[in-house]
Amino acid sequence: MGREREAPKQQQVSYTVEQLVALNPYNPDILPDLENFVNEQVSSQTYSLDANLCLLRLYQFEPERMSTQIVARILVKALMAMPAPDFSLCLFLIPERVQMEEQFKTLIVLSHYLETARFCQFWGEAAKNHNILEVVPGFEQAIQAYAIHVLSLTYQKVPRPVLAEAINIEGLSLDKFLEHQVANCGWVLEKGQGRGQLIVLPRNEFNHPELKKSTADSIPLEHITRILPILG
Amino acid sequence: MVNSYDYDDGDGYEDMGGGHRLHQDLGYDPNFVPDSVKTFVVHLYRHIREKNVYEIHQMYEGSFQKLSDRMFKDSPWPSVDAVAPYVDNDHVFCLLYQEMWFRHLYARLTPTPKQRIDSWDNYCSLFQVVLHGVVNMQLPNQWLWDMIDEFVYQFQSFCQYRAKMKSKTEQEIALLRQYDQAWNVFGVLNYLQALVEKSMIIQILEQEKEGLEQFTATDGYDYSGGSNVLKVLGYFSMVGLLRVHCLLGDYHTGLKCLLPIDISQSGVYTSVIGSHIITIYHYGFANLMLRRYVEAIRDFNKILLYIYKTKQYHQKSPQYEQILKKNEQMYALLAICLSLCPQVKLVEENVNNQLREKYGEKMLRMQRYDDEAYALYDELFSYACPKFITPSAPIFEEPLVNYNQVLPSILA
Repeated sequence: MGREREAPKQQQVSYTVEQLVALNPYNPDILPDLENFVNEQVSSQTYSLDANLCLLRLYQFEPERMSTQIVARILVKALMAMPAPDFSLCLFLIPERVQMEEQFKTLIVLSHYLETARFCQFWGEAAKNHNILEVVPGFEQAIQAYAIHVLSLTYQKVPRPVLAEAINIEGLSLDKFLEHQVANCGWVLEKGQGRGQLIVLPRNEFNHPELKKSTADSIPLEHITRILPILG
Repeated sequence: MVNSYDYDDGDGYEDMGGGHRLHQDLGYDPNFVPDSVKTFVVHLYRHIREKNVYEIHQMYEGSFQKLSDRMFKDSPWPSVDAVAPYVDNDHVFCLLYQEMWFRHLYARLTPTPKQRIDSWDNYCSLFQVVLHGVVNMQLPNQWLWDMIDEFVYQFQSFCQYRAKMKSKTEQEIALLRQYDQAWNVFGVLNYLQALVEKSMIIQILEQEKEGLEQFTATDGYDYSGGSNVLKVLGYFSMVGLLRVHCLLGDYHTGLKCLLPIDISQSGVYTSVIGSHIITIYHYGFANLMLRRYVEAIRDFNKILLYIYKTKQYHQKSPQYEQILKKNEQMYALLAICLSLCPQVKLVEENVNNQLREKYGEKMLRMQRYDDEAYALYDELFSYACPKFITPSAPIFEEPLVNYNQVLPSILA
């Protein structure tokens, strides 16, 4: 109920900030609003790349006003947006000497593991640095969603251990997770080799190449309709 | 208010530390106006008043270059104060003249710090006049593009100049402190943004799609007695914003600024060769940084083919050197894209031949993904990327350090 009361106020704030970013982005006075908005995004589990880039730009223009804590939060949110390239985009706006600080070096290593799908190493490193990450609610779920996304590009049927390592869930929790996915996301469980379990992931154009529409060779309908009268 | 630069002002010149190329030549007298210049300004002024765009363009592209080559190879044109009496002291004409004056200075000589600041003042005055909507002229697109292009270029030049703190004298630092608003990044971005907004160019382009407006069809020119200046400056400012954002490293926002322009079609941006190339160069580069390699390859291929076919027609143009330079840079970017994301079908035959000639061997090595390959990526990228800038002023109290930004690494 507390959330319901808060929601209208939240909407008002974010509406105003997004308007600011669209209409008056090159204005140093909106910096505090943008910083508050980052904290809003963290607590309400929302995300706005445009607003965060706007803030990072303002930090670039006035480095003495930069808050590394806010920057760290922006980067964590950007990680959660994968596979979108938001993390790199944010990093481009952060000066090298800031990137050399410990927490940023860690975040960069984490993003590297995610980009190269080294999930085992990712979760290991994440566990060692949970203090940076746990301040942003929803982090784990976002990364798990990304891991599943990567697996669905690659596998038609993924063995249970591979899935477990990718999303860092084991045993009974994994069983529960799979139940939920079967019920809501079209996953199917199969018996694999020996006593193993295979999870059949939904079909898409990447794990089923025959589904891929070749747009490069196709001609848009409008072009055809132009010559139809001549052919007639 | 336009500052009249006073060549007798000692502070403007002599104290500026070593390394400035002499242009306060003993022979140069800012107040001397040769006859050819008198004729030039009188005619140009008349053509502008009569809205004779064709003649303005001839004088702007042709006569100005010829006179510069003949008489002002390494000195500035006569000062605006000396020229003003021949043009009724027309305020707007003087702003335009000064715009050309500074552009010539930057191209042939090295501006002094004070001149950099004065040029900023001139752009501010000029843009303010245009933004107030009181301008009634029609100017050639080439000139309007050059204004925005030069504006961003001088901003870039100033940032690079300002970042080199080690060689600054006391006077230079004092001057920078005093005029800290000059070429301030907020100012630059806000002027470009203001031109986009005041011109309503985004709405015009939207309405054009529905047949309610004419803009592209007339190349931006106004055939109903009005002025094209604000609209076209607003249009080119979108490209200006893309460029500035690329210089700052914000590719996402840069592309957003360009969104109202449909890159897959020709438009006002293709009406001027310089604008066409700069737009696609930055658009392609931004896509490369966003890892949209296929899109970047398509765009580079298209423009490189266009340049291949048409560059012979631009040999006499003052933009020729820049065209060639960007051409080479885009081949390097194309080599990078294709090495990271091979695409057989997307590169046209002639472009492919050129590419193999220039970078065939390097591309083979780049695809080995070893240390040598990384070094090659580095080399090509450093050659082809925009000259990034540090937008913030250095902290003058800190020990003097060079602030020029190191290029971002795109390879993990």
